[in-house]
Amino acid sequence: MIHSLVQQNALVRKTGVFCCLHWWAGLFEFLRPGLSVRAFGVVLSVGAWVLAGCSPLERADLVLHNGPEPETIDPQILTGQADGRIASALFEGLTRFNPTNGMAMPGLASHWEISSDGLTYLFFLRPEARWSTGEHIEANEVVWSWRRAVTPATAADYASQFFCIRNGRAIVNGELRDASQLGAEALDAHTVRVHLENPTPYFLELMASRVFFPVPRWAVERWGDHWIRAEPLPCSGPYQLLSWRVNDRFCLRRNPQYWDAAQVTAERIDILSGDNPSTALNLFLNGEVDLISDRKIIPGELGPELAARPDFHRFDYLGQDFIRFNTTRKPFQDARVRRAVAMALDRSRITAHITRMGERPSAAVTPAGTGGYHPPAGLSYDPATARRLLAEAGYPEGRGFPAIEYAFNVGSRIYEQTGVEIQSMLREHLGIRVELRPLEWKTYLTEMSALNYDFIRGSWVGDYDDPMTFLDCFLSDSGNNRTGWKDVRYDRLLQAAAAEADPQRRLEILREAETLLVEEAVPVTGLYSHVGLYAADPRKVGGIWPNRMDEHPFFSMRRIRP
Amino acid sequence: MARLALIPVLLWMVATLSFFLLRAVPGGPFDRERAPASREAEAALKARYHWDEPLWRQYERYLGNVIRGDLGPSLKYRDHSVNDLLGQTVPVSLSLGAMAFGVAIGLGIPLGALAALKRGGWADYAAAGLTLVGVCVPVFVLGPLLVLVFGLWLGWFPVALWGPWQNAVLPTLTLGLYFAARVARWMREGMLEVLRSPHVQTARAKGLSETAVILRHVVPVALVPVISYTGPMLADLLTGSFVVENVFQIPGTGAFFINSFFSRDYTMMMGMVLFYSVLLQVLNLMSDLLLRWVDPRIRS
Amino acid sequence: MNTDPSSPGRLALRRFLRNHMAVSGVVFLLLIAAVSVLGPGVLATDPNQRSDSPFVPPGASHWMGTDIHGRDLFSRVLVGTRISLLVGAVGAGVSVLIGVTWGLVSGWRGGRTDAWMMRLVDVLYALPTVVWVMLTLTIFETRCVGWLSERWPASIPAFRLAAMMVSLGSVSWLTMARIVRAQVLSLRERPFILAAQSIGVPPVRLMLRHFLPNLAGVVIVYLTLTVPAVVLYESFLSFLGLGVRPPQASLGTLIADGASQLNPVRVRWWLLVFPAGLMALLLAALNGVGEGLRSAFEPRDGNGN
Repeated sequence: MIHSLVQQNALVRKTGVFCCLHWWAGLFEFLRPGLSVRAFGVVLSVGAWVLAGCSPLERADLVLHNGPEPETIDPQILTGQADGRIASALFEGLTRFNPTNGMAMPGLASHWEISSDGLTYLFFLRPEARWSTGEHIEANEVVWSWRRAVTPATAADYASQFFCIRNGRAIVNGELRDASQLGAEALDAHTVRVHLENPTPYFLELMASRVFFPVPRWAVERWGDHWIRAEPLPCSGPYQLLSWRVNDRFCLRRNPQYWDAAQVTAERIDILSGDNPSTALNLFLNGEVDLISDRKIIPGELGPELAARPDFHRFDYLGQDFIRFNTTRKPFQDARVRRAVAMALDRSRITAHITRMGERPSAAVTPAGTGGYHPPAGLSYDPATARRLLAEAGYPEGRGFPAIEYAFNVGSRIYEQTGVEIQSMLREHLGIRVELRPLEWKTYLTEMSALNYDFIRGSWVGDYDDPMTFLDCFLSDSGNNRTGWKDVRYDRLLQAAAAEADPQRRLEILREAETLLVEEAVPVTGLYSHVGLYAADPRKVGGIWPNRMDEHPFFSMRRIRP
Repeated sequence: MARLALIPVLLWMVATLSFFLLRAVPGGPFDRERAPASREAEAALKARYHWDEPLWRQYERYLGNVIRGDLGPSLKYRDHSVNDLLGQTVPVSLSLGAMAFGVAIGLGIPLGALAALKRGGWADYAAAGLTLVGVCVPVFVLGPLLVLVFGLWLGWFPVALWGPWQNAVLPTLTLGLYFAARVARWMREGMLEVLRSPHVQTARAKGLSETAVILRHVVPVALVPVISYTGPMLADLLTGSFVVENVFQIPGTGAFFINSFFSRDYTMMMGMVLFYSVLLQVLNLMSDLLLRWVDPRIRS
Repeated sequence: MNTDPSSPGRLALRRFLRNHMAVSGVVFLLLIAAVSVLGPGVLATDPNQRSDSPFVPPGASHWMGTDIHGRDLFSRVLVGTRISLLVGAVGAGVSVLIGVTWGLVSGWRGGRTDAWMMRLVDVLYALPTVVWVMLTLTIFETRCVGWLSERWPASIPAFRLAAMMVSLGSVSWLTMARIVRAQVLSLRERPFILAAQSIGVPPVRLMLRHFLPNLAGVVIVYLTLTVPAVVLYESFLSFLGLGVRPPQASLGTLIADGASQLNPVRVRWWLLVFPAGLMALLLAALNGVGEGLRSAFEPRDGNGN
């Protein structure tokens, strides 16, 4: 009976509100006889009627909780993970991610040819590739889109992904004004040729990342950056956009024009946006949400308990938490002090007591297994040597050591709790006094970029499955460095690795660079590698597999009906 | 109405104060964990939002746009303008607020009145209990508690989201109970004060029935403190609604209110401040008018 | 000291003492204040002492259990109460200070000054307080802390707390100012004020000696009612992540942390029940005392003003 009431609910609610307000109006009238009250009551009721209108939504085949509301879903401009998920439902690149292992497989391009030196790629687009509004997706549109991404005026943060393509860096930096100089051209309607600066082993994975997605040229030329609000929105991916309500949900419907539409079984998908992890969990446990794709929206304190359940899936993730040291001022100017602090940290204690999700403690900057790579061990826990180093640096038993602050962002209690652990570890082993300095997000970013800290929490999530995405953050001129550390040897090693064609040798060079980074100079020391968590009941949701890249392509997702 | 004419002036002062104060806080809307791709790109982004102009110029431009009704693009949600976002979320917040207000007065006034009339009766204890809950339990504890009990354990209502009427029950209760407690308390006090006044004794002496005495003479006067407190109460309601909207994942303005500060979305923040200022002014005005109308003493 | 048995102060005191709720409230508050101030010194446990036994339920060794770091919750609750009471009292005190001064000056001056001062109050009323608090706290955090950390780093937690108390006080004074102004406006025309003026008593002395004692009743009542509001507001700020900074704790931060225990998976009830329960009792006591004071100063026998 209640269910049938749901069908008429809007009417029921409005009627209820109307009656209540009239009752109140009547009461007032009894107190103060006069016509004005009734009129007031009528106005109020009508107003409430108007405001109360909210039609019920049919439950979609799949309901996902995506985490916070995306800042933008324009695939070339977005930077957030939540943003990227929506974009990957609506759009596609030349390659797409394999749902089982996160590796590249054919997308808009059906096949490709790679030259023997690894510097030239030839992509063959599918002739049947179309936008959801019917137009063909052609090679010149792909090239045009890439030129849009590298043009500084577009202000795409991920434009740095184009540095591996010839002239990419120069165009992004503004040295070359003409974006058509980018090393990509359309040979005919369905063939794209790309010239690379260096052999880039992860280039195919790169083609699956959002900044390389083609965008509908005619829409962008017509509406500029507002093309993403066009209705209907031209989509190249498995789904198209029905409606978008900010901080509520995206309603998606299957895109019949998608070249692989035959594989897409879920007709309607709702993607919810929200900020509160407890609420997301309640929705999931209540069956109103089928899949929680973002770890941020799963309550951190309950992580271990949840991970033990069959509908929560834990996996090694391509991310690392570490600590940055400010090498431009005392006391961390001295590399010995940095090494001492790095060695005084018992990382396994942090992962066992604070994060408790089975993270792998690691003093390096690259997670183990990234692209088949094994990072160096880094400086392991060794309080005795730490004390010796500190004494050598001029602070025996911490005497004379200035009071320092460990800064962190207040996003999660875990960061605060980690700070408390670090504070007590350093006091215990080195006799150093550490104050905690919690910062809200923007202040955290500002202070870190301005080098206005002593040592600060940091983390990085890889953009592609290769150690280079982690290591090139610490190049001398990289904006992501934020430690003030510059070393020509490190830069040269990374350059050499980039130019190296042999993959094994390349990884060895990278390892050498990382050893310099985390064992010798130590402007940064790792804490632990990230562990991801997503929630999906395997009896209800299929076509998702845990993978290091945390990519769950929409074309394979399906609802399992009993 | 001198008060009505004053509203735009006050708004202008509020807008100016907020505009300059917000920029005193370090960190900008375009700061991200990932550094920009290049200085050129960063400069282009700033130029697009006129960030490279001197502050006075930006202020002038902003004011000019606001007068024309354009609150600017959101600096965080780059696909939306502030008008867009407010247009989507304001109706939701208003209806939540109106319903909570309805619960507050619909529950608080009768309960407070009954508690005053029957001292020591069940209503008195109920009112005291409600006061305890409303005054002493923070909204961000009450909300999840109600969700746990009525949403998950008993399963009577949905745990979150907005849409059908069932979704509105728990959020409205959470917000409404908080204020119903206060309204009940003021009502009870107001009633107690009036019941002992000579005004009531005169009415009784006139031979009116007790019910008529209460409804016609006691309640209106007792309502005066209640109505005069609706002003500050409404301001509180807005702050409380942020928590409720966060806990129940309701797409209202509450989320932008606080988050736009944390993301330094200046235009959104300014839009929110202006919106709330207008709302508070209008509601205060309405409550003042209501006060004048209800209380015969003030009228004379 | 006025020993006249029928002075308004003594009458109020007698009425207050007859109110059982209010008296028990005062007793409770004094007890809590005493325990929270002296307690941590008397007990051996350090509220910041980590141990290897996290999430221990209440028992003999830890009366209120432990938290994620293995810290004893009982000592943290005591310290938290102390800080919450301090924040509440000083915050309310700041609001009283600003409000009374503002209302006095505005009411006394009258005319154009009064109009402008009240317009400013209107402007501030229209500004959402949360924005103001967030602004001031963040500005303090970013501008002042840097300056302080070079000169006197050890004082930073104390200054942070002070900044919080000042910013909380600075949003609660508006109503107080309005009320004081109304009182001053009505007192101004009283014969005893006019008489004092005519014999040449300077304005400041006039305010201190003649106005303030008459305002005392109203001010005390609102002071007692502002304290719980400030304490609740602080807990709201803690929920947002802007409250008292770790490793210091207030009841607000403890409750905000404990609120995550309201989940269907694993409830560590002691982390929420004890801090929230204590705060509820504290707020109830404060409200009881405030109400008692209000009815003591404003009797409802039909004869009072």
